[in-house]
This record gives sequence, structure tokens and C-alpha cells, in this order.
Amino acid sequence: MILEWIGAAILLLVVLPVVIYLLAEVLTSARSIVPSVERIARAAHAGSTDLDAAALLLTTQEQAIKTIAAAADYGGSLDVIIDDVEGA
Amino acid sequence: MPAAGVVMIIAVVAIVAAVVYYLVSTILALRQITAGLDDAIGAVGEIIEKSSPVAGVVETINANLDAGVDLLEGLLVAKAGLTDAVGLVDGLYPGAGAQGLRNFPDSGQIKPPRIAEVYTRGTLTLARLGREAPIAAASPNGPALRDAIYGSRAAGTLYPGGRPGRVPSLPRSPVIGADSPVRYEPSDEVGRPRKRMPVEQEG
Repeated sequence: MILEWIGAAILLLVVLPVVIYLLAEVLTSARSIVPSVERIARAAHAGSTDLDAAALLLTTQEQAIKTIAAAADYGGSLDVIIDDVEGA
Repeated sequence: MPAAGVVMIIAVVAIVAAVVYYLVSTILALRQITAGLDDAIGAVGEIIEKSSPVAGVVETINANLDAGVDLLEGLLVAKAGLTDAVGLVDGLYPGAGAQGLRNFPDSGQIKPPRIAEVYTRGTLTLARLGREAPIAAASPNGPALRDAIYGSRAAGTLYPGGRPGRVPSLPRSPVIGADSPVRYEPSDEVGRPRKRMPVEQEG
């Protein structure tokens, strides 16, 4: 009879608080991850939206090629028109 | 049933209830985490997809710009000389002469001449007279005194009466050949002995 009381007391006073403490810590940790994951998702969406302008790089590439081609033509004309410096 | 048994049963039920509550809450939190990670992974996939052609495009742009820099640097050095080229670059972008030209590693050690300044005739006159001319007051080691915005307007004051017009066109060179508009017929005397003046008789 005494052993039963001791067992009941251990369950109520030791096992139950320990179980509650451990499970509460696990739940707190899991809940603390949720906002971080949501921020990561928002940042990833924002980064993806920012990269929508990456398609304009194709236009930039085309314009850069045209600009360099025009500069090369202009430089070629200057090379013909202007004499080289003496000693060059 | 003994009272101790009832207490033990209550304790077990309380433990099981606590385990169920916390585990269910943890499962819900983990599901939220899973949903958030799925969302983030989808957005990251979009980022990877959108940024995949960027490297090639940027490399192409850089290659073209490198070619342009090589061309213009080479042309500038060929036409103006290395020293004057550094001076021109430093005049347009003060301080850039210290970096030198990319394809000419030794150009960074050249002291850039101050050849990019725009001196008006009035400024030079004041400098000669020793008055408060800007070019006379500034240190020769200071930055160029070129007015980057109105520099061309200042240069225009070199011609107070207006810039001279074009030189009138010169007469064109004569056209020669079979299609020449003016043809000179061969002389009848061609192939004949040259005419000689009659010899005066002496006496």
C-alpha cells in the first residue's frame, strides 16, 4: 500500500512535471521556427520579384554590343583621319 | 479500489493528456514550418531559374566592354601618345590618371599633364597681366580648372566676332582622260620639224 502511494506521488510530483517541461520546450522551439521560416519565404519571394528585371539584361547586352560596334566604327574612322603621334 | 490506485490512474491520465496536448501542438507548428519551407523552396527555384542566364549575359557584356576599352585606349595612345592620353583621362576624370590605362601598366606612374583645361583669351590676358586670374591663383598641382558644364561655351569666347565660317571651295582639279570635258586637239605641227625663225641677213 505504501509503495502504491509512493508510485502515485512520483508520477504526480516528478514524472508529470518533467514530461510537461520537456514537451513545452519542444513546442516553444518549434513555434519559434515558424516566424523565421515565414521571413525566409517572404525574402525569397522578394528576391524572385527583383529578378524579374533580369530579362532586361538581354536588352542591355544588345545595346552594349551596338554601342561598342558604333565606337569601333568611329575609332576606325578616327584612326584613318588622325595621324598617329610621332614615334608611335 | 484503493485510494492510491485512483491517484495513480489520475496521474497517468494527466501525463497522457499533457503528452497529447503538447505533441499535437508541436505537430501543428511543424506543419506550419513545412508549409513555409515549401513556399520558400518554390521562390528559391524561381530565383535560380531567373538568374541562370545572367552570368552568360554579363560575361558577354563585359567582353564587349573590354574590347571597347582596349580599342579606345589603344586608339587614344596611338593618336595622342601615352603621356597626353593620361593627361586627357585625368582632365576628364580628375584623379583617374593615377590609376593609369588598363593595357598600359606603367601609365599609372606618369604625372598627367594638365592639358584638359580650357583657357579663354581673357583669362590668359589676365594671367599675363598678373591680375586675379584663376589659373594664376591656383596651384599647378591642383585639379584642372576646366568648367565641366560650360567649358564649350567658354571656349566659344575665343571668337568674339563669331566663329570663322568655312573656307570657300577651291576650284576643282581638271578632269583628264578620254572623258575630259575639255579636249585639246593635237597640233598640226606634231611630228614636223620645229619652225625656225628666219635668219636675218647680215650686212
